[in-house]
Amino acid sequence: MQEMPLSKLPLKKRGVVTSLSAEGMARRRLLDLGLVPGTAVEAVRRSPAGDPTAFSIRGAIIALRKEDADKITVSLH
Amino acid sequence: MLSDRLPTEGIRKKFNITKKSSGQKVVALAGNPNTGKSTIFNALTGLRQHTGNWPGKTVIQTRGTFSYGGSSYILVDLPGTYSLLASSADEQAARDFLCFAQPDATVAVADATCLERNLNLVLQVMEITSRVVVCVNLIDEARRKKISIDLEELSAQLGVPVVATAARSGLGIAELKERIHQVAFGKLTTNPRRLVYDPEIEEAVSCLEHSLKALIPPGVNSRWLSLRILEGDRTVLDAMREYSSKISYGREPAVETGHCPAGSRA
Repeated sequence: MQEMPLSKLPLKKRGVVTSLSAEGMARRRLLDLGLVPGTAVEAVRRSPAGDPTAFSIRGAIIALRKEDADKITVSLH
Repeated sequence: MLSDRLPTEGIRKKFNITKKSSGQKVVALAGNPNTGKSTIFNALTGLRQHTGNWPGKTVIQTRGTFSYGGSSYILVDLPGTYSLLASSADEQAARDFLCFAQPDATVAVADATCLERNLNLVLQVMEITSRVVVCVNLIDEARRKKISIDLEELSAQLGVPVVATAARSGLGIAELKERIHQVAFGKLTTNPRRLVYDPEIEEAVSCLEHSLKALIPPGVNSRWLSLRILEGDRTVLDAMREYSSKISYGREPAVETGHCPAGSRA
């Protein structure tokens, strides 16, 4: 099992959230978007400039900036 | 005037809600973005709609009216949000309305095709108000995707009525109106599932709640406000100043903390 920040998750790969390092309102926001530990996340596509990246999270496609995705740790199985 | 508390009607006026008759009920419509909330709104109100702004915000407010069972209702469309706790203008408008305008019933719209994601907001709504009807919308699309939802079990787990709708075809709208009617008139008593926090938090909440009750208008959920204050949410303090005439800038009301255990004093 390999751990990495969500921002490094390769396209079309699925990871499972293990922890969040964001704090305060940013943390609240990520949790509200469904990024709680145990959630499966798939990197769906990346914008031409390489940032942001669209992720499939609990049935919705949500784009996250690299700086936010950096604060989420996922494990690859 | 610091001595008078604004009654609920006065607070509702601040949100541009004026009743046409005293029997008219105020109903809020909450939900995530892209759940078909506007379709529900249109299905309930038809063309009887007005738009404006939420007070102090460049966020569109849509209001409409409908009649059911001999009574009239004002329906207020809250901005579509994933949460009521972060601090975007949309979320503040939705949150302030639910907390301070105290709608007689709130419809929480959820997308049947990704119910799990939507229940976060439903629980947050239920934490503010107990008069909730959950509307599981896009049920036709869920069936197409071979998703079946046990509505009875969902209702039992949440402790509030649950109605399945497909607003585009009008399915379930009649039942939704009936449930709104029952909840708004208190004919159906809900028993919403409440979140219980760690003992330390619960102790701090009950201590803060005690002091808060004297400062806020009657009926406003002091437990919910206490939780937000403990969370360090300053926007909620601004909202309290706005909607409670007992609190104003530059004047800190004396808060009696004698009943709080020493360890929990700030």
